[in-house]
Amino acid sequence: MAFWNRNKSEKEPTLVAEQPAPVAVPEQPPVTARAGDREGETWVSRLGMGLGKSSAKLGQDLGDLFTKKKLDQDTLNGLEDALIMADLGPVTAARIVAQFSEGRFGKDIGDDEVRAALADIVAGILLPVAKPLVLHKPGNGPFVILVCGVNGAGKTTTIGKLADQWVKRDGRKVAIAAGDTFRAAAVEQLKIWADRAGAMMISKDTGADAAAVAYEAYQQAKDAGADILMIDTAGRLHNKKNLMDELEKIVRVLKKHDDTIPHATLLVLDSTTGQNAHAQVETFREITNVTGLIVTKLDGSAKGGVVVGLADRFGLPIHAVGVGEGAADLQPFDAHDFARSLVGIRG
Amino acid sequence: MFDSLGDKLGKVFGKLRGKGGLNEDDVADAMREIRVALLEADVALPVVKNFIETVKLKAVGQDVIKSVTPGQQVVKIVHDALVEMLGGDTQELTFSAPPSAYLMVGLQGSGKTTTTAKIAKFLTDKQRKKILMASLDVYRPAAQDQLAQLGTQTGIATLPIVAGQKPLDIAHRAMDMARKEGFDLVILDTAGRLTIDEEMMAEVEAIQRAMNPVETLLVADAMTGQDAVNTAKIFNDRVPVTGIVLTRVDGDARGGAALSMKAVTGKPIKLIGVGEKWDALEPFHPDRIAGRILGMGDVVSLVEKAVETIDRDEAEKMAAKFQKGEFDFNDLLSQMNQVKKMGGVGGLVKMLPGLGNMSAQLEKANLGDATKKQEAIILSMTLEERSRPVLLNASRKRRIAAGSGTTVQDINKLYKQLQDMQTVMKRMKKMGMGKMMGMMQGMMGEKDQALIAESMKGNADPRDLLGANPFLKGKR
Repeated sequence: MAFWNRNKSEKEPTLVAEQPAPVAVPEQPPVTARAGDREGETWVSRLGMGLGKSSAKLGQDLGDLFTKKKLDQDTLNGLEDALIMADLGPVTAARIVAQFSEGRFGKDIGDDEVRAALADIVAGILLPVAKPLVLHKPGNGPFVILVCGVNGAGKTTTIGKLADQWVKRDGRKVAIAAGDTFRAAAVEQLKIWADRAGAMMISKDTGADAAAVAYEAYQQAKDAGADILMIDTAGRLHNKKNLMDELEKIVRVLKKHDDTIPHATLLVLDSTTGQNAHAQVETFREITNVTGLIVTKLDGSAKGGVVVGLADRFGLPIHAVGVGEGAADLQPFDAHDFARSLVGIRG
Repeated sequence: MFDSLGDKLGKVFGKLRGKGGLNEDDVADAMREIRVALLEADVALPVVKNFIETVKLKAVGQDVIKSVTPGQQVVKIVHDALVEMLGGDTQELTFSAPPSAYLMVGLQGSGKTTTTAKIAKFLTDKQRKKILMASLDVYRPAAQDQLAQLGTQTGIATLPIVAGQKPLDIAHRAMDMARKEGFDLVILDTAGRLTIDEEMMAEVEAIQRAMNPVETLLVADAMTGQDAVNTAKIFNDRVPVTGIVLTRVDGDARGGAALSMKAVTGKPIKLIGVGEKWDALEPFHPDRIAGRILGMGDVVSLVEKAVETIDRDEAEKMAAKFQKGEFDFNDLLSQMNQVKKMGGVGGLVKMLPGLGNMSAQLEKANLGDATKKQEAIILSMTLEERSRPVLLNASRKRRIAAGSGTTVQDINKLYKQLQDMQTVMKRMKKMGMGKMMGMMQGMMGEKDQALIAESMKGNADPRDLLGANPFLKGKR
């Protein structure tokens, strides 16, 4: 397990010591998903290690703009620039700034006020999509989650983290199907996560038909009495028709068991991705009826601001964010925290 | 989903047609559109700002050439400036006295391991190098396993895995083995790391210092957003890179990250990853990415898409016919099927420079139905009629019309279309296929625009254009 101990000096390596808020909630979602946070150990403070650093720069940019002065066009342009640099995209950034300037233009305004107001606007867009993944186990088999995304987005790691949390924290019986039968050592990678989490691993050889893996995995998971079945898939670029057809086939074949399967389809999105995320969501959604997003690698310098535009356009729930390589580093998505981080408000 | 820059500038400049020169206001309007286009393509904002300033200076005061619209002219200025900024000549990988070391660095999930294997395969096949690959990724589960498996798949040697060894020690062991066993090159694949992770950045710094690699390649995803500048700058500051490898260029991202990273580091983009196969690694062509960033369409991609989808044998047969200048209804039918396979007329037209706005009209025109009709006509012909179109006399045409549920006029139209294609074939025969492909490769140059303009002259019906599909000869 050496691979997550390397930041020992900075991070707590254990999974159990921290009680992260649940990324997904069983059956009925509690209204406040954040109840599990310890004092001083909020989602945003964890983000603070990464996102905080980048937003510090954004914060600085904003700080340079405002002391307390009249809101003028130059200031608004600077604000728009800051949002663009957070990957909100030119159109969304312009819209948010326009909304912000309404009723404020030409008035005296202070730095804190600007940030708070901006954060409110961004949060307003994100609030409707900040929803935990609701696990509703059907009586006759496991709750089936299909996980898809482009190459290198972090699908396997995300599955590993989810499995770990569901098994160790919630005492769920979790099965994982290795549907990435293409990439070398994808199965081995998933197996290590499964073993560590104590999840059941279902796999065939590299090169096997992914749809067959998924189909058989459902039966095996069901027979084993699993509560949850997560199906990993190979990374695929959304503009590759043959690969998207393969994904469609996985869904089609799963539905032979039961038309409601998969119960959830998660699209994993790398936060370093720019405006292409729009095309990703659009295409994956067409093919697989994506039910929610997970945004990864938010502990880096990328801000993931593209999700603001995504929320506005698609309204897909954002269930969780990845903020590190440890199992605990998958956290619920909190609109206010995210928005405040984005505009440079700490804690 | 985005309007192409050409369309937008067309609107901005619509009112300017026939004016003498571009004044500052005209240019300012255009620059706003260009700014948005670049940002939508994920070029980083500071880079966009610099770029706009440069282009503005070039554009103001330019005479408006009669034959093109001011919009097209500005697009050309922008395009040329982009190409210049992205870098001129293709930069080759270099070697030192053996064993050379290459260090692969980048963020998590950028494609380092796959790229490592692709480069190794490329240099083995093309330059007869004896290569050893070593994974220094002791963090991600099964990462070393992954490289070992890629080694098996590609037939390239990998360093045996010793559990528990530290990255720097693995690197030393790899170089030792290379020296002892006479390898030309060692490619060191490192773990993905975030630029803000001080410990990890220090680790890769130490590895670079100790190994003194002749190439340090930053592997970055073509889909990267604004963060591309941070990533490139910090990696380059900490472990000076010799080049950038842009991966997933076969996706549909506009690839603005390429410009951001080149601008902020000054380092060349040496290679691009264009697919999941081992040979899907190519030299970087600035003009292709430039066209893509601007959303101007990409003729080369079109050629490649055609090659990907088209049946090889059929293509060879067709190419032979092309060279003889022959083209009959069988060919037309098979072309229609190919086009269908490639995502229909609309999909193809979108890729053609300057035709972006036509795809909207096409959707309205219900071309799918038109194609169906044409198909029905051809299928109602006898085999002999299909291969010898001259046979079509009035009585045959009436029979075919009845059989296909169309009119004689429809058949005449299709016949006319076939003849137009034969004309194009003849012209191509005169030019020679090699020359034709050469021009396609250097697309977006003036020559090509002229060529496309010529083949469209007086007849903007996209069906004819597609019929004259000149891209059927083999790839590269």
